[in-house]
Amino acid sequence: MAALEFDSTSMTYEGSDRSVRALDALELAVDVGEPVAIIGPSGCGKSTLLLLAAGLLAPTSGAVRVGGSAVDGPRRGTALILQDFGLLPWKTVEANAALGLKIRGVAAAELHQRAISALEGVGLADFARAYPAELSGGMRQRLALARAVALDADLVLMDEPLSALDALKREELQDVLLGLWKLRGHTQVLVTHSIEEAVFLGRRVVVMSPRPGKVSAVVDNPGMGSEGYRVTEEYFETVKRLRRILAEEGVVAAADVVAP
Amino acid sequence: MRGWGRKLLGYLGAVVVLLLAWAALSAAIGSPALPGPVIAIATFIEQWAEIWPQIAISGARVVAAMVIGTALAVPLGLWLGRSPRADAMAAPMIFLLYPIPKVVFLPVLLVLLGLGNTPKIVLIALIVFFQILVTARDAAKAVPEGSVVSVRSLGASRIDVYRHVVVPASLPDIFTALRIGTGTAIAVLFLAESIAGTNGLGYYIVDAWGRIDYPAMFAGIIAMALLGVVLYEALDALETWATRWRVAGR
Repeated sequence: MAALEFDSTSMTYEGSDRSVRALDALELAVDVGEPVAIIGPSGCGKSTLLLLAAGLLAPTSGAVRVGGSAVDGPRRGTALILQDFGLLPWKTVEANAALGLKIRGVAAAELHQRAISALEGVGLADFARAYPAELSGGMRQRLALARAVALDADLVLMDEPLSALDALKREELQDVLLGLWKLRGHTQVLVTHSIEEAVFLGRRVVVMSPRPGKVSAVVDNPGMGSEGYRVTEEYFETVKRLRRILAEEGVVAAADVVAP
Repeated sequence: MRGWGRKLLGYLGAVVVLLLAWAALSAAIGSPALPGPVIAIATFIEQWAEIWPQIAISGARVVAAMVIGTALAVPLGLWLGRSPRADAMAAPMIFLLYPIPKVVFLPVLLVLLGLGNTPKIVLIALIVFFQILVTARDAAKAVPEGSVVSVRSLGASRIDVYRHVVVPASLPDIFTALRIGTGTAIAVLFLAESIAGTNGLGYYIVDAWGRIDYPAMFAGIIAMALLGVVLYEALDALETWATRWRVAGR
């Protein structure tokens, strides 16, 4: 049984003067514990896909299923990490990490303990009493991850979670994401517009095309997660292959594909 | 401690400058209607036993009115800001009523509610209500949608969204409106107390004026100024405490 399943899912946004078809009969199944990366140009419905999976939107037609049952609203075991991290500036680091638990009515003592252990997991335990404004971009990202960890989520959805970070921080956080996934084995859907990130963090890379959004290619990436994958020949080959596919889609310039 | 010390020093400097300017103006005009600060302050101290109950009465009125006005306006304003449908129905009404100077209803309130505390508190509460209502509505509209989505994805109910996002995000704006509103509230209080009733600082000032006791009149003015400063500072301290996250990372 798939952990997350899109079954001929369509989504149309009704505007005041026109409607936009964000997703058109999307078919995608993510296995339990599988990390999938989704890549595509802006307007391909990547974010819509995540909001549907998180139960924050309802599809116009077709179905979205998590763990075999149709999604009809936010679900306990699903964590959504947004581009701007979704942190609340008026809550301390610990309160931000514990927010999901608090909303779910977890008792104070357990709340504290789980939040602190989640913060330890991402190396932020020393900052429990600080506010998000006192953290660097990378630390804020870690905090957003800690919130998902504290929830003990079995499905983690991420919408370009690292796009605000510089290249070096980005690789460091990619390692943190990979480490968390290896440790916890949750099902993971990562939306990104970085080819390298998609190959580093997706055992399957799904390529989407825009207007209306649909799956145009799927690249298998079995070596993902192996030791030192970032410097292997297989990694480079997969990056090149993905780049070629995206060039055919007209997303990256064709000149970038051919080595000089 | 350093912050407090600096603030106190600042106030002290400002008071000295103001007193000097007052003394100079009083000397230049040379009219008994504008006594100098020395005699005014001496009278203030001398009459303290008479003045402080008036401060207490006026203070209680203005605080009660601000609490009532805010308590009614904040929930309504936040709700209008978050609910486009409710807002569409209420907005025309609010924008028609908002520009009306509520103080013109003083005679009506006096006739309907008598000469006691009620008409004064109702009038000030009415003024504070509209100021906070409009502020809270705009603040709730400006809440970042990302914060709302992220909290909703955690399974937040409507109440949770208010509690964890809308209320804390709007607090700074609401406090700013309250602090600015203090001045208006006290001005209206003076008017209401001077027109009707037999107690409060407004009455004290106008009564001294009628007796041509200018030093006592100025003692009352000093008391009213003190009331304003204390209220403003109390709100400022409350705001700093309630929105302490804003100082973080600066």
